[in-house]
Amino acid sequence: MADFEPKIIIFSCFYCGYSAADLAGSLRLQYPANVRLIEMPCSGKTDARVLLEAFERGADGVYVVGCMEGDCHFLKGNIRAKKRVRYVKKLLDEIGIGGERLEMFNLSSSMGPRFAEVAREFTEKIRKLGPSPLNKGGDCR
Amino acid sequence: MIVAEQKPLAEIDKLIGEAKKILVVGCGGCVTVCLAGGEKEVGILAAALRIKRKKEGNPLETVEVTLTRQCDPEYVQQLEKYVTDDVDLILSLACGVGVQYLAERYNKWVVPALNTKFAGGSIQHGVWEERCGLCGECILYKTGGICPIIRCSKSILNGPCGGSQNGRCEVNKDTPCAWQLIYDRMKALGKLDLLLEIQPPKDWSYARDGGPRKVVREDVMIE
Repeated sequence: MADFEPKIIIFSCFYCGYSAADLAGSLRLQYPANVRLIEMPCSGKTDARVLLEAFERGADGVYVVGCMEGDCHFLKGNIRAKKRVRYVKKLLDEIGIGGERLEMFNLSSSMGPRFAEVAREFTEKIRKLGPSPLNKGGDCR
Repeated sequence: MIVAEQKPLAEIDKLIGEAKKILVVGCGGCVTVCLAGGEKEVGILAAALRIKRKKEGNPLETVEVTLTRQCDPEYVQQLEKYVTDDVDLILSLACGVGVQYLAERYNKWVVPALNTKFAGGSIQHGVWEERCGLCGECILYKTGGICPIIRCSKSILNGPCGGSQNGRCEVNKDTPCAWQLIYDRMKALGKLDLLLEIQPPKDWSYARDGGPRKVVREDVMIE
């Protein structure tokens, strides 16, 4: 599995993670090309359904980026996102994908270096976990 | 509304068995409001089942449909075009009524995805509580709008009983004593004298006695 390149989807709040990613780019920081960023109006908009859909469509790992707790632009969106992520992690455990493939991170828009760090850490984590059971072809059993 | 709760995923998976193609049918009524069986829950459940089965190497095809209501024949009829020969079973995310309506109308194996719990309402987002015992003969006018039939653990009509401690029910310390609530409310409304009247035993023949109940309104019948 040495050549395994995980496919990772980030559902990121427009106000923090998305700006942090922008900053990481402006700072010329390297982070893995495995991550694909989807802009959300707020992390709280991230529904259980889209998280599942990401896995169903081939993601090996997914994470949600919301503002620092207490700093949500919409007051409580990130707290709600946290609850939804917790719910979907449990669901992923039940259906055999593994809840550890989904996480939530809290960033602020000034945390460009941290954004790159999170992307690297999560990519490494998923690389160690290996491909999602859905992406292993016929030998997943 | 009727409040329902989704069965554990493992149980639903077992009910589906070896089916290859299923209709996942939501209901736009009560179960949408109590976040158990609306369009969104249909999407999440169907995706979870598909992923589980794909992982097991036994892919499942799902067709997602959410009817306006599953307890009305005219809406149940709208499912007809989706009930094709290759559909192995119908998974209904309605209350027990909807499941039965689908089973009556279509010659398919119909399984419930929810457990129907009670008639109640939400007390905060994500929390629902039983409020009506569906006893068939409302007595809320006697008790200040608080139902002793369902909110009193003993359903007594001349309460409170000796188990009422500091306004709580002895059955569960989290449950307020319905008769304490009734007393407090009647006192606040200046109607304590109404409680002096002894209530005779309730006529339960309006409730679950004598088989399924029926309401007939000739004035609105078409035929």
